[in-house]
Amino acid sequence: MNVAKANEPAPAALPARKVDWAPLVLVPLLALAALPLVGSTATWTTLTIAALAMGMMIFIMASGLTLVFGLMDVLNFGHGAFITVGAYAGLIAAVPLAGWLASDQLAVNAVALIAIILVAMAVTGLVGYAFERLIVMPVYGQHLKQILVTMGGLIVIQQLVIVLWGPVQIPLAVPQALRGAFFFGDVAIEKYRLTAVVLGLMIFVAMQLVLTRTKLGLLIRAGVENREMVEALGYRIRRLFVGVFVTGSMLAGLGGVMWGFYRETLTPGMGLEVMVMIFIVVIIGGLGSVGGCFIGALLVALTANYMSFLAPKLALGSNIILMVAILLWRAQGLFPVAKRA
Amino acid sequence: MTAPAPAAAPAKGAAMARSSAPRSRLLSAVLVLIFAGLALAPFVFPGSQSLNVAAKICYFIVLAASFDLLLGYTGIVSFAHTMFFGIGGYGAAISLYALAPDWTSLAIGTLAALVVSVLLALLIGLFSLRVRAIFFAMITLAVASAFAILASQLGWLTGGEDGRTFRVPELLRPGTRLMDGTLFGVQINGRLAAYYLVYASMVLLFVTMLRVVNSPFGSVLQAIRENDFRAEAIGYRTVVYRVVINCIAAAMATLAGVLCAVWLRYTGPGTTLSFDIMLDILLIVVIGGMGTLYGAVIGATLFLLAESYLQSLMGAFSAATAGLPVLPQLFHPDRWLLWLGVLFILSVYFFPSGIVGRLRGR
Repeated sequence: MNVAKANEPAPAALPARKVDWAPLVLVPLLALAALPLVGSTATWTTLTIAALAMGMMIFIMASGLTLVFGLMDVLNFGHGAFITVGAYAGLIAAVPLAGWLASDQLAVNAVALIAIILVAMAVTGLVGYAFERLIVMPVYGQHLKQILVTMGGLIVIQQLVIVLWGPVQIPLAVPQALRGAFFFGDVAIEKYRLTAVVLGLMIFVAMQLVLTRTKLGLLIRAGVENREMVEALGYRIRRLFVGVFVTGSMLAGLGGVMWGFYRETLTPGMGLEVMVMIFIVVIIGGLGSVGGCFIGALLVALTANYMSFLAPKLALGSNIILMVAILLWRAQGLFPVAKRA
Repeated sequence: MTAPAPAAAPAKGAAMARSSAPRSRLLSAVLVLIFAGLALAPFVFPGSQSLNVAAKICYFIVLAASFDLLLGYTGIVSFAHTMFFGIGGYGAAISLYALAPDWTSLAIGTLAALVVSVLLALLIGLFSLRVRAIFFAMITLAVASAFAILASQLGWLTGGEDGRTFRVPELLRPGTRLMDGTLFGVQINGRLAAYYLVYASMVLLFVTMLRVVNSPFGSVLQAIRENDFRAEAIGYRTVVYRVVINCIAAAMATLAGVLCAVWLRYTGPGTTLSFDIMLDILLIVVIGGMGTLYGAVIGATLFLLAESYLQSLMGAFSAATAGLPVLPQLFHPDRWLLWLGVLFILSVYFFPSGIVGRLRGR
């Protein structure tokens, strides 16, 4: 940053964007601070990897919510329902492909897993589209009604899931090749968690690339900053928004499948259960910020995992404490996005 | 009209002074019917199931009306209302369980619960009501869910998932005979005394809330709901008003929780803290009519009657369609929330003033 000052930038060149490092440092800081408390390095590594996996899944589920909020100022309380729908829609493919999932061969497993994910994403995308058309569209710009109506949508979808799949919990086994763990000395790393981390990172990177390197991403980010201006420049922000809403729903569906495999059971209330955590993540990250959402998800997952190891009784309150601490530091979240009234 | 205007808000000029009145003959008739029906319930509808329903309607009226103070009058959505309800329930339960089952410990429990609730509401309010409605909704959801887990974890205090069964003061126990013989064929026992305690408290609390919303303070709240920026510009400190009403609503919900505990002689996570109850209140207030308080009365009555009696109807329908696909599941008695959810969404869109608004003919 000093460089720009020293050698007088050419008039055409924009000043380099200032990177806000403080929140980024928070994640490794938190992880390192927990190391002496946990004591054993092996346990710490296992906990950290587990937390990273959990964080990635939360990020995938929360990213759609934060984007939708940022772009259109809609807080979708029904987002949790997409997670449930995603997980259950995965069953549509998982039941006939049960044999493939149980196969010993990695390739067969992978094909089945991909099929499940695609089906889940397609279904949640459709549900998301219908949800946007029927439920959210009539109440743009009216926050109170949005909260009420999306809450109503959540109830209806959750009940429909029960109608279609029944109220009892359904077991969902992790694909054969992803069961068990790798061992590095004392450190045990579950294969499934590692897969989740890789998948989550891929999605984060892909999302960042789309948002920062493509015209579409530029429009989305511009829309987050100032919707009217983008409209005034001749872009149809409505269409953009439907796209983002559907993508966000699909991501929630993907997260739901991953979360379902992680828990190994599906319950109609599973979406609502993670919803609280997702809200905390989105608030911590700064409503509308994808990067903030990523950091927030990691922070929440790390805190939850360390606390449940160190002080199980306190673990439930740890997320709230984390949220309060962060909001006291930055009232608008880690990465505040354009402020609207 | 950019501000969310959920209620029938004819608060203009002369209408403002009379906004406490039901302002419709039909609505007045329904309200009189409900209050009189509840007052005579033990005699008109004898039997323990109907008495249970009547008592539940009573404390749900208080709970839903106190929620309406926030949602309908101030335009803020709180998902922590059951938390305060639960604090009231647990306050009474713990003190009646741990101390003697008499009036003193009930008073101590109620007072302690009120103090905890108001402090918590103050804290949450100061922390999150400065910003937007959405923020408050999310934060209350998070806090309430943490509280529900906390209550089920602190087993030594709350009885965990099983909750606490306790004995109430002697006068209110079912075994207590207050009169020999029967009156209109109904035994005058402690259960009846408990019912009338709940009923009288409900009327008292409801009238108190009517008084609150029809005071100058209440008018400011409605101004904030309609346009908070303008209210602030006129010179009202909106944050203060929001925080105060949040505390009042919390206190009312706490008292409703105490009534619930006294009636059920039991407090557990399922009866007070569950998210389902939060959804019930939301449905009651929106379907009944936001920003009217009367909506809470009508909504709670209809909702609980439906919950108790409509389900058997749905069961019959479900059985009748047993051969068909999906339909039996759609009308399964446990799926009634599905239909209420649909009704809820429709009423937000098409009848934002709820049943009360319909009855008022607007």
